Amino acid sequence: MSYIIKGETGDWEVVIGLEVHAQVISKSKLFSGASAEFGASPNEHVSFIDAGMPGMLPVINERCVEQAVRTGLGLKAKINQRSVFARKNYFYADMPQGYQISQYDQPIVGEGTLILDMPDGATRAIGIERLHLEQDAGKSVHDLSPTKTMIDLNRSGVPLMEIVSKPDLRSPEEAGLYLKKLRSILRYLGTCDGNMEEGSMRCDANVSVRPVGSTDLRTRCEIKNVNSVRFVMMAIEHEAMRHVDVYESGGKIDQETRLYDSNKNETRTMRSKEMAHDYRYFPDPDLLPLEFDDAFVAKIKSTLPELPDDKKARFISAYGLSAYDAGVLVAEQDNALYFEEVANGRDAKLANNWVTSNLFGVLNARNVPITESPVSAKNLGRLLDLIADNTLSTRLAKEAFEIMVETGKDADTVVTERGMKQITDTGAIDAAIDQIIAANADKVEQYRAGKVQLIGWFTGQVMKATQGQAAPALCQELLKKKLEV
Amino acid sequence: MSLDKATIRRVATLARIEVPDAELEATATKLSGILSWIAQLSEVNTDDVLPMSGGTDLKLPWRADVINDGGIVDKVLANAPEAQDGFFSVPKVVE
Amino acid sequence: MTNLTSFTIADARDKLAKKEFTALELTNAHIAAMEKAKALNAFITPTPDIARARAKESDARLQAGKAGALEGIPLGIKDLFCTEGVQTTAASHILEGFVPQYESTVSQKLRDAGSVMLGKLNLDEFAMGSSNQTSYFGPVKSPWKAKSLADDLVPGGSSGGSAAAVSGYLAMGATGTDTGGSIRQPAAFCGIVGVKPTYGRCSRWGVVAFASSLDQAGPMTRTVRDAAIMLKVMCGHDAKDSTSALLPVPDFEAALGKGVKGLRIGIPKEYRPDGLNGEVAALWDKGIQWMKDAGATIVDISLPHTSSALPTYYIVAPAEASSNLARYDGVRYGQRVEGKSLDEMYGKTRAAGFGTEVKRRILIGTYVLSAGYYDAYYLKAQKVRALIAKDFTDAFEKVDAILTPTAPTAAFGLNDKQDDPVAMYLNDVFTVPASLAGIPGASVPAGLNSDGLPLGLQVLTKRWDEETLFRVCQVIEDAAQFPFLKVPA
Ligand SMILES: [Mg+2]
Ligand SMILES: [Zn+2]
Repeated sequence: MSYIIKGETGDWEVVIGLEVHAQVISKSKLFSGASAEFGASPNEHVSFIDAGMPGMLPVINERCVEQAVRTGLGLKAKINQRSVFARKNYFYADMPQGYQISQYDQPIVGEGTLILDMPDGATRAIGIERLHLEQDAGKSVHDLSPTKTMIDLNRSGVPLMEIVSKPDLRSPEEAGLYLKKLRSILRYLGTCDGNMEEGSMRCDANVSVRPVGSTDLRTRCEIKNVNSVRFVMMAIEHEAMRHVDVYESGGKIDQETRLYDSNKNETRTMRSKEMAHDYRYFPDPDLLPLEFDDAFVAKIKSTLPELPDDKKARFISAYGLSAYDAGVLVAEQDNALYFEEVANGRDAKLANNWVTSNLFGVLNARNVPITESPVSAKNLGRLLDLIADNTLSTRLAKEAFEIMVETGKDADTVVTERGMKQITDTGAIDAAIDQIIAANADKVEQYRAGKVQLIGWFTGQVMKATQGQAAPALCQELLKKKLEV
Repeated sequence: MSLDKATIRRVATLARIEVPDAELEATATKLSGILSWIAQLSEVNTDDVLPMSGGTDLKLPWRADVINDGGIVDKVLANAPEAQDGFFSVPKVVE
Repeated sequence: MTNLTSFTIADARDKLAKKEFTALELTNAHIAAMEKAKALNAFITPTPDIARARAKESDARLQAGKAGALEGIPLGIKDLFCTEGVQTTAASHILEGFVPQYESTVSQKLRDAGSVMLGKLNLDEFAMGSSNQTSYFGPVKSPWKAKSLADDLVPGGSSGGSAAAVSGYLAMGATGTDTGGSIRQPAAFCGIVGVKPTYGRCSRWGVVAFASSLDQAGPMTRTVRDAAIMLKVMCGHDAKDSTSALLPVPDFEAALGKGVKGLRIGIPKEYRPDGLNGEVAALWDKGIQWMKDAGATIVDISLPHTSSALPTYYIVAPAEASSNLARYDGVRYGQRVEGKSLDEMYGKTRAAGFGTEVKRRILIGTYVLSAGYYDAYYLKAQKVRALIAKDFTDAFEKVDAILTPTAPTAAFGLNDKQDDPVAMYLNDVFTVPASLAGIPGASVPAGLNSDGLPLGLQVLTKRWDEETLFRVCQVIEDAAQFPFLKVPA
């Protein structure tokens, strides 16, 4: 899946690296005991520490350390048992201390890997450069007053993991897949809820282009804080085009920070970041190095769930699913769990079809997660059993499923209440066939003269006569017997 | 070690301290004096020495993940030069 | 009747217990002394009403037999400690009017022990200085006068208000903070005892930060015993400070009187540079003799990186300060100077809010951390700091304590023009190395020079060994027959 920008002077390739800020799932903030919850009234979730009051000091939240290590393990990354918190110094109205506590040259997690699942079923490994812990800044609200910016520090000090990829991504689509896969892994791990709308996952995209065949990296621009997968893809596409245009018209790209405007679908220079930055990182003297031992890591490792890649491999080998189907099922842990409950002891491919087409269709239409599915995995499984033992035809099963969705009743109840049992009694079907043959001598003649496709019409008539409850296969078998005498 | 006016201006901007043009020269002279004095450190042999960044060799303590702070908007805003509807306020920032 | 302000903390503690006078009487005597000595400018914010209210509470607890370790003892609090409901300025215009909604751990501990806060003491702005001349609220005058000089003298700094208040009998004790000598040097200048404990002993929570890896609170008192009593209350583990030691607090007072017999006392040759003031050198020799007389063994030692300590300090401390003081931006508290843009507001606020020396150090600190200079200055300084700390570690293999002068000179005149910052920085030449190493140090008044001014001797021990520190200090105090302070009539 190669993504090439056709320019006037030749073909261009895009080089992308992503920095994702993922809010750590924790009750309290990274360095204070104030709540990290989203959506409180202004400055409600703020301690004196978060407000940068004189003499206030940070104390690390152990849960955040665990979550970072857990995420590192999930990304098959190097865990650094000694890391250092550093101050990143710059002034901004929503940065109360005048510095952000982050990690610089000694992060808690080093290099790792993330596997992209390409639409054609292939996979591609993307390098993870590092993961570090840092504080979020507060929020500047610009539209409440014509002359003032309002500052809400609720997010000040909220724990973030910054996850930095290597510049391994080569198309907007790959960037999108990367983000979805990362979000999937974080959710499996329970370390970030991945909610981009509420800002608990935000993305900075570093974009550059180069002529196809070239291996050196050209100047990149950083597009800050894009808040949906779709916008990240659009922003990258737009930015890559801009670079090509600039190069082809003889210009040069300045390394800068840009903002993506989704309304206009364009990127522009961030005025507030115009001034040359010099963050003057140095180890935070209020915090000693962060250290833990093998046992700490081993304990976290022992609680890791089966992650999407492993689960996908198992679904392929154990259930005989295609890579694509397995990929769809494992993207969300709850979907995979649901599927396994349905598939357990049953025809896995049939289970996959029912879950991914019938059930997902209903869930999408209702816009509810699988955990709130109107049909439980147990009930769907039972429905498949009724198909397997010939109680229901596929058609009847679909009807029953719709009723189950509407009423929430289980399959057996629906079948009994609606008398939906498939007729497998040869006598009853034979009787219906005899009636139809007797009443349609012309059609029988045509059939016998070679118009065998009329079998469909006859089958339909039998189904009609039996209120759709005749077993279709049996029905055809008996019809053929009588018509071909 | 001598600092020029441009360097002083750059450093002052980084530190967000307005230095009037008339004071740049004198500031440069004073700071240059201090810097050339501290530059003597370059003569100390520090090969293979690990930097000492904190004042102690204790272990970093960890805090339990409990909510035991916050919910003190009035106290947080008590000293604000300017506040409104629970927010601090500052001159308009243009993004 | 003896003036109530003349007692030591230890005496007052006993007399309050015996009901010879009340806490309120004791407090009122100090408030009266503060009124009389207003010209010293020792206090930025006196709090007589709070003091009387707390003294009354103390009397109630004394009456009920529920006295704390410092019940009813009137103390001054350096205006670097945040005090709930009481203006805290760090002697800076930028914090003028700032009223913390929280109490620093150390001042809370002192309060919990029953002590009475008389007010907030003057200091060098953000504790940056060695003479208390950089305070936005004006310099502090030492209660001492030189025979040869009509001018007022500096009390030293940065805890100059603390030193002046204690030596002038305005407070029985005071909190100080020491980053490079800010407890020990003013203690020496004012003829009192000042103890900087091991880094990590006293919580830094709620203390306005100057240089986080160096700042340490400690007591300033008129006697070694009083310092021991006060320090025991001030220190102890604080979960709110990640650099606070989770170690039991020894009973420092119990260590007093054990003498120094059998102890090995190190004399570092690097502390006797060419041109060391003759009277300072002579007093040091006297101190060495006192140690010998008391049964200690004198060991000549070397702390080879001593001469690098000051330049190291003047990289590390300003670097940390440049970051620590970034929060004073006019957004959430303190003074604000309006501007058309946010950056203009920052630039004007900080230009107007900070004094010359503070600005100078912020600029130096910003410079040494900036791109391209970090390795040459900051990283280099951290490495030299490690060497300085190792000097002490090596020395304490051979000795139990180290004895040096506290400061290279006695106090100087308030109007002495100190135009060269580097010359001013040299005041801390003997105190800074211990700060960089994080080890405890104390200054004990040991004698007067020919101009009638006090000189101090400094005692250093290894980390967490304040007990040995107090033992040595006590021997010096006994031998020196201090105080020479003018006891008020
Ligand atoms: Mg970024
Ligand atoms: Zn970040």
